[in-house]
Amino acid sequence: MTAILEATDLARHYEVGRGAFRKPATVKALANASFSVEAGTTLAVVGESGCGKSTLARLLTMIEEPSAGRLIIDGEDVTAGRSDPAALRRKVQIVFQNPYGSLNPRQKIGTILEEPLEINTNIPAAERRQRALDMLTRVGLRPEHYGRYPHMFSGGQRQRIAIARALMMEPKILVLDEPVSALDVSIQAQILNLLSDLQEDLGLTYIFISHNLSVVRFVADKVMVMYLGRAVEIAPVEAIFEMPQHPYTRALLSATPVPEPARAQTRIKLKGELPSPFNPPSGCPFHPRCPHVRPEICVPVRPELVQAGPTLVACHGIEQGWIPGAATVNGATPELGAERLA
Amino acid sequence: MPLLEVRNLTVTFDTASGPFKAVSGVDLSIEPNEIMAIVGESGSGKSVGMLAVMGLLPKSATVTADRLAFEGQDMLTMSSRARRRIIGREIAMIFQEPIASLNPCFTVGFQIGEMLKTHTSLSRGERHRRSVELLELVGMPEPERRLSAFPHQLSGGMSQRVMIAMAISCNPKLLIADEPTTALDVTIQAQILDLLVALKNETGMALALITHDMGVVAETADRVIVQYAGEQVERQQVAGLFSAPHHPYTEALLRALPERAIGNRLPAIPGVVPGQGDRPTGCVFNPRCPYSTEMCREVVPPHQPIELGRALCHYPRNTEKAAA
Repeated sequence: MTAILEATDLARHYEVGRGAFRKPATVKALANASFSVEAGTTLAVVGESGCGKSTLARLLTMIEEPSAGRLIIDGEDVTAGRSDPAALRRKVQIVFQNPYGSLNPRQKIGTILEEPLEINTNIPAAERRQRALDMLTRVGLRPEHYGRYPHMFSGGQRQRIAIARALMMEPKILVLDEPVSALDVSIQAQILNLLSDLQEDLGLTYIFISHNLSVVRFVADKVMVMYLGRAVEIAPVEAIFEMPQHPYTRALLSATPVPEPARAQTRIKLKGELPSPFNPPSGCPFHPRCPHVRPEICVPVRPELVQAGPTLVACHGIEQGWIPGAATVNGATPELGAERLA
Repeated sequence: MPLLEVRNLTVTFDTASGPFKAVSGVDLSIEPNEIMAIVGESGSGKSVGMLAVMGLLPKSATVTADRLAFEGQDMLTMSSRARRRIIGREIAMIFQEPIASLNPCFTVGFQIGEMLKTHTSLSRGERHRRSVELLELVGMPEPERRLSAFPHQLSGGMSQRVMIAMAISCNPKLLIADEPTTALDVTIQAQILDLLVALKNETGMALALITHDMGVVAETADRVIVQYAGEQVERQQVAGLFSAPHHPYTEALLRALPERAIGNRLPAIPGVVPGQGDRPTGCVFNPRCPYSTEMCREVVPPHQPIELGRALCHYPRNTEKAAA
């Protein structure tokens, strides 16, 4: 399979003013993100607030330009400056987290759905209307909803409308920024089913941004775990959940509550909170909270992503083998991991 | 004697389009030193029920109950003065949005001190010492320095710790936590839940945990109440609820969790929670229930016996696994 989306050392820095007499500070919201996504699959991006996952979404949808790095979408280099941005934007669409905020309350559903066509194409009005009506049925709404306003819908229905709007341009890639975290469990299940049906029918590629690991496990093919603007682990979904490598991934997994009361679990306790992105720690960004930290190497040297079994991981402990239960770097997976993954 | 005893609690709001029953017929009792979880989706009345216990509802709400007693004292008939002595001191509450719950104009130290000033007779110096002690207790780094911090200088997790410090300042016997970790990241959520459980074990207070997260319920609660559209549909021990749910709604809710999914489709619950205008006749869950019959559409179901989790259903599930 070919990669439909390829990012190389993608970065985004923001300048933040700190008052009239001080130099503006630079926040590295996203640093050196490199990954690729195969057509028709789902890449999940996981991390806590401030880890740069929404910045990544804004770069992929070309809402913002990257400060550095290369982004290739469907064979075209977005960052080279030669290609037509409007044409590329049609290939990537986004669904936002909060369906109460992302729909204009003064527009009817029909207007909301037709607007992208009106701006980007020359399709006549009658056909635009027909396409909007077809799309409503496709996302599980009824044609009579065409003339209604957003306030007449529940949260789940609004999210269906937001998905319908994103699909009007027949994009190849859909960026889903926390699409179900504002919804109740029973509604969340409906939306996740809808997304999986749409992916199958239309061959869509999803970038699924979420902090909810159980949802990620259900939808993703590949998972990228981020911490303070950097990818710390990229792996196939089975590997992340069966054999997490990076200490942060392990902590994140063990902190996620599981709805099985009988399960005896040992929680890895992370001390402290996410450091300020203004002043990120030197070396490995996770070292102040890491239970396996070795100050002589983790504090001065930043680890690079290295291959460990099926996983790409940025951790000195994994690379040098002092963290127990980890796959060996650049070699075969250890016995334990190999059989679990088989 | 249970710490908190509520029987047949009903809360009705006067709205422009007529009265709306947000909570109807809720029974619950909370024993000392236990964690009772109240689970439900939005609009299930889980917060409103607890706000009614605290007396924090607006004037448009009418609260009725057959019994609403704290440590055997009837809270319905007592004077509002006597009630205020219990609320805040004996029963404390923390809320979902920690950053919105703190007053942005005052320092953390002032806000904790205010609580102590109202409910205790400590002197100024003693209040300061107690504030430091409280912040230490909730795991705040550099407590002495944090007393002069304003809420905007704190992260979400820190603010929730301050809220907890305020809530436990008078050693309450019952702490009501309304979605205490929903706005927080998972690693911080784990810290806050551990803190609440540790405080419960140390002080022997009871905890009423309002949440929509089944994972949080499974890992922290002793007993669970499931609410749907204002009705209490099931009440069980936590292990029983997850292994043998008796109400079809509980069963469907557990099946819809992505963690429990088998295959690549989730067994979603069709439809939505009924609102004010479209409450069904008979059982509230009947339009979404896979087992509903003519009877469910017409007759309001009874509560099943306690062995069947007091399920509000004509045809309870898993009857062969009834709790002993």
